[in-house]
Amino acid sequence: MNTELQGILLMFLLVIALGIPLGRYIGKIFNYEPTFLDKLFNPIDNIFFRFSGIDPRKEMNWKQHLIALLTINLVWFVFAMLALTNMSWLPLNPDGIPSMSADLAFNTSVSFITNTNLQHYSGESGMSYFGQLILMLWQFISAGTGIAICAVLFMAMKEKTSQTLGNFYSFFVRSCTRILFPIALVVAALLVFNGMPMTFEGKDAIQSLQGDSMQVSRGPVAAFVAIKHLGTNGGGFFGANSAHPFENPSYLTNVIEMVTQMLIPIAMIFALGYAINRRKMSWMIFGVMSIGFLLLAVPTVLQEMKGSPEINKLGITQPMGSMEGKEVRFGAAASGYWSIATTVISTGSVNAMHDSFTPLSGMNQMLAMMINSFYGGCGVGMLNFYIFIILAVFISGLMVGRTPELLGKKVEAKEMKIAMIIALLHPLMILAGTAIAASMPAYTASTLSNTGFHGFSQMLYEFTSSSANNGSGFEGLGDNTAFWNISCGIVMLLGRFLPIIGPIAIAGILAGKKYIPESNGTLKTDNSTFGLMVFAVIAIIAALSFFPALTLGPIAEYFTTL
Amino acid sequence: MKTNIIPAIRLTLVSVLFFSGIYTLIVLGIAQLAPNKGKGDIVMQNGKTYYTNIGQSFTQDQYFYSRPSAVNYNAAGSGGSNKSIGNEVYLGEVTARIDSFLVHNPDVKKSDIPSDLMTASGSGLDPNISIEAAKIQIKRIANIRKMREETVSQLIDQQVEKPMMGMFGTKKINVLKLNLALDQLNKNLK
Repeated sequence: MNTELQGILLMFLLVIALGIPLGRYIGKIFNYEPTFLDKLFNPIDNIFFRFSGIDPRKEMNWKQHLIALLTINLVWFVFAMLALTNMSWLPLNPDGIPSMSADLAFNTSVSFITNTNLQHYSGESGMSYFGQLILMLWQFISAGTGIAICAVLFMAMKEKTSQTLGNFYSFFVRSCTRILFPIALVVAALLVFNGMPMTFEGKDAIQSLQGDSMQVSRGPVAAFVAIKHLGTNGGGFFGANSAHPFENPSYLTNVIEMVTQMLIPIAMIFALGYAINRRKMSWMIFGVMSIGFLLLAVPTVLQEMKGSPEINKLGITQPMGSMEGKEVRFGAAASGYWSIATTVISTGSVNAMHDSFTPLSGMNQMLAMMINSFYGGCGVGMLNFYIFIILAVFISGLMVGRTPELLGKKVEAKEMKIAMIIALLHPLMILAGTAIAASMPAYTASTLSNTGFHGFSQMLYEFTSSSANNGSGFEGLGDNTAFWNISCGIVMLLGRFLPIIGPIAIAGILAGKKYIPESNGTLKTDNSTFGLMVFAVIAIIAALSFFPALTLGPIAEYFTTL
Repeated sequence: MKTNIIPAIRLTLVSVLFFSGIYTLIVLGIAQLAPNKGKGDIVMQNGKTYYTNIGQSFTQDQYFYSRPSAVNYNAAGSGGSNKSIGNEVYLGEVTARIDSFLVHNPDVKKSDIPSDLMTASGSGLDPNISIEAAKIQIKRIANIRKMREETVSQLIDQQVEKPMMGMFGTKKINVLKLNLALDQLNKNLK
């Protein structure tokens, strides 16, 4: 087999091999079972709680969880705005980076607290080292928020009737210190020993071999990149993100970063099975998600390896496949694979420029974000998938003529309404956002770097990425304008918090209901038949919502290249 | 809300200390043990320092060309062209690159030119080219440097970087290292 394809197989198998045991560990953390790291982290967690005056044993109901989550996010937003608009005079700014404008700071603050990491600035010229370290803080705590709220979902899915679902702050601190912190440290150490810079010195002036003078940007990259991937954040230290040779120096670092970004989303699936003691359900979810992921990834890899039809027409050869916007050290296969991995989970880091992929690969990247629940982001991927489970339970219930039940709890009208609103919110924001942008050429036409179908795709991609809290982009879009900063900022906010509130509300309501023990008549929600049902619900919603828009963008573009 | 806001502010402050501060310092400490103390891998020759991983612009005929760059190898402002594959301006640029390459390498057949040498990378700082892209430049280099073609070809073979562990990923050549070795070889022959 081709060495490029072997590399992909390695990345996929490695993350599963590491994700399963990590899932057990995460399950233990949320069940408050003893783990081997307790000796180290019990005292550290106590410092967190004592300093903030929080009693981690105080039980909360689902509404209190959401209030705690929203309040702390509001604090973070204010703090981020202050930091980003005052960078110029704050310390750790050797390259003399200016402060951000208000609209750009709004976009960037929202982007980082919502775990999106959409970047309308370029790291080398727009962010001081102080700013980078503050952004790195959100990369920890926004991911910690996602994992913590997912833990609340797990508590609600347990086989009992309960109004209280643990303590939000406790889940949050445990997620940050016991899951994110130790793994990020290991990854950062691996990266720094493989050519990634970690220094507070500013730009280095050197002369190239043929005599040109060069400025080389550096910085505390390794610490940043480790958590950027582990927390499915994806915001680049440099403008070119993980295509930059300092942010991803070799094929080995590419494998490390790839495995790191998929690790927690996959582990969360198995954490669910451990936490609620239903291992079979984990395998059902893992199966559905993996089939969806592979259906998008395999064609993308093959298309990119085949090369660009337009370059063929120019009469040169493409031994490495389509190489515009890609790096030789990764090759077309690993770039194509990364582009789907980063869009199904909500990382949004890139190791090749998505704008220059072949049209149908670009479509697969968008579809991955439109579905947004094949693995999905840290914690929140599972919340999105939960909505689809609820829908599938309801539809299956109707088909066999029984009251729909999930894990011994009756799913009734109120829960269904919430689930429908959340399922339709994502298409609404993407399509309405794109429609508004397309109808206001005075604000948007000059920001597009391509005309025609691909220009439309650039706008569609930007809103898809914002709403999915992904953060990648068709980066030819000149997006640092008030229009894009504010519209994408609003979409990111709604796209983050409503899909957290909805599933937690459903789960909280279900948790309070009477538990009905399983009988022969109960719909099984952990076998392959039900898995197929969930997959069908996802596919139908995606196809009905997005096919027309995709036809105007990447599909039309594909036909022009034939 | 009120009962939550003070704990939230304090929890944020202690998080800043721990994740922006302590975590960064630990990684910085580890970096002091790494090659070049975590300031990026470097290669030195004739008293000058270069970053191994940061690609450089090589446009002179006496050196192996590096890939085109949308940002002209600006290591303080990385980026790709972000042009769609069918963009006519972009296809015009590629055509111009092909024509220019054929003028400088008159013995090369157009259908043998590998696309990585005619397209820009994502970062604009790609340090590598494919083996095909190096081999196609042998004749030009040998003529200008008055070396035998076999010698240049052998040099390329020595500089090939195999896939990771021989099994995973791409084969490639670091253009900077190749050109440094070329200069060295030239000096020794004289």
